[in-house]
Amino acid sequence: MSILAIVEQRMAGEVLAAAKEFGSPVNAYSIDLPYTADTYTSAVEELIRKVNPALVVFGHTYQTRDYAPKLAGRFGRVLIGDVIAGSPPVFVRQMFQGKFNADVRLVGDGPHFVSIQAGAWRAGSDIAVETFSPTPTASRQVAEPPFREAARAVDLSAADIIVSVGRGIKEKENLPVVEALAQALGAELAASRPICDAGWLPMDRQVGSSGQTVSPKVYFAVGISGAIQHLVGMKGAKTVVAINKDRDAPIFELAHYGIVGDLFEVVPALVEELKKK
Amino acid sequence: MKIAVAIKQVPLRDSPLRVNAAGTWIEENNLGFEINEPDAYALEEALQLREKHSGEVIVISAGPARVSQTIREALAKGADRGIHIDVATLDTLHVASLLAAALKTEAPDLILTGLQSDDLGYGQTGVILAELLGLPHSTIIMQVQVMNDVQPGRVRVKRELEDGWFQHIEMPLPAVLTIQSGLNKLRYATLMGIKKAKSKEIKEIKVVSAGEGPQASAVIEKLYAPEKNQQGQIFDGDPKTAAAKLVEKLRFEARVI
Repeated sequence: MSILAIVEQRMAGEVLAAAKEFGSPVNAYSIDLPYTADTYTSAVEELIRKVNPALVVFGHTYQTRDYAPKLAGRFGRVLIGDVIAGSPPVFVRQMFQGKFNADVRLVGDGPHFVSIQAGAWRAGSDIAVETFSPTPTASRQVAEPPFREAARAVDLSAADIIVSVGRGIKEKENLPVVEALAQALGAELAASRPICDAGWLPMDRQVGSSGQTVSPKVYFAVGISGAIQHLVGMKGAKTVVAINKDRDAPIFELAHYGIVGDLFEVVPALVEELKKK
Repeated sequence: MKIAVAIKQVPLRDSPLRVNAAGTWIEENNLGFEINEPDAYALEEALQLREKHSGEVIVISAGPARVSQTIREALAKGADRGIHIDVATLDTLHVASLLAAALKTEAPDLILTGLQSDDLGYGQTGVILAELLGLPHSTIIMQVQVMNDVQPGRVRVKRELEDGWFQHIEMPLPAVLTIQSGLNKLRYATLMGIKKAKSKEIKEIKVVSAGEGPQASAVIEKLYAPEKNQQGQIFDGDPKTAAAKLVEKLRFEARVI
């Protein structure tokens, strides 16, 4: 099965490794063009018509998410996005926010389209990447340079101990429960995305793909089920402690220690225990 | 301006989910359903844009009969009318093509939808919709600014990138935007809203033959719980005992506190 690998700076090595595993020959290209959804859709469409691959492989980056579905749609296909395992014709991807895995089978003729999840393949390959300079086309989107919001007030990357809170806390009024744990441990307080979205904690305390990446000595995940967007931000922690009422929560896969139980009972008990010494 | 919001109905958050007998999807009997979370933010954004620029908000959803309940709830929050495409399909391209056909005649100035669904999680319906309608689009949007006063007919959006980076993008209307959760504060339906919603129109579109959609390019062969890889020490039972064990382990085994 002939493969076309679309390589951007992010995840380049992983995409090449996956492409090599999926088939041969592998044609790997980076696109020599400033990104907009329109320009990249046209560029990769041109490349596909030139190379005629059976399978197009991307990294599942924010950029891929922005244009690859449009490109696949143009060929009457759906992108099999964010795959964590498998090889043609069956790929594995998570559904229901990580509660289930699905084996997804490609049907019909190529080109098919697949994007791989960050961290799912080990980077490295001897495949040379060519630069593709597409025929210039117009873009309806006009993109301004990327920027960061004003400096973060909180730098979680330097913290030794982090207590991070998720949806399980239920209400803003319940935050003192985890604040007490953070205080007893001398820890920084952090949160998963929904907590910051709701405005219960400021955005600069968010850990995850769109927030901060942390690697403390200990990371307490309290009431956090462990969606992949959160896990990528904290899997560098040396020790992970999970407290969750759902034994099947994905966070327990990563946890070195954990308690299955109601956080409103478990966390105060932990605080008591920590004070004992 | 005329704003269409494409919403999806998904199982209630925290529903106990089981795989169906065929092993290809979840068992849907006895499940409760609600609006997909990012779609709720898309709806809220549409309502706020209408407040600023006046006009009309139309909610559209493809799915089985139960979906009309979720459309009704969107009407109670303030949407003006609804369109229900009565179809049972999991194929993203099929759903997008049905939405595109219905929206073509509506010709909205702006189409909003959530960035991805909490069930399939493909994150593609909005983007494919843009392709099928020949409209510009942008994804993972944190802010929408319709530039009527500065440059009529254009929209400027703030798009989320990785690691806390953002980017502003400008494009002409009509356009399709996929909305990130958290860009606004969701409103609740008021009693008055719920009452008014009862008399608002929901247009029913029957899909005559489910087999008439585009041929699916991928199918779910098997849905299953991921293999457990719990190598950690997990305690349960009495919270006090579990807490004592955990603290002991962290102090004397991991030596991290």
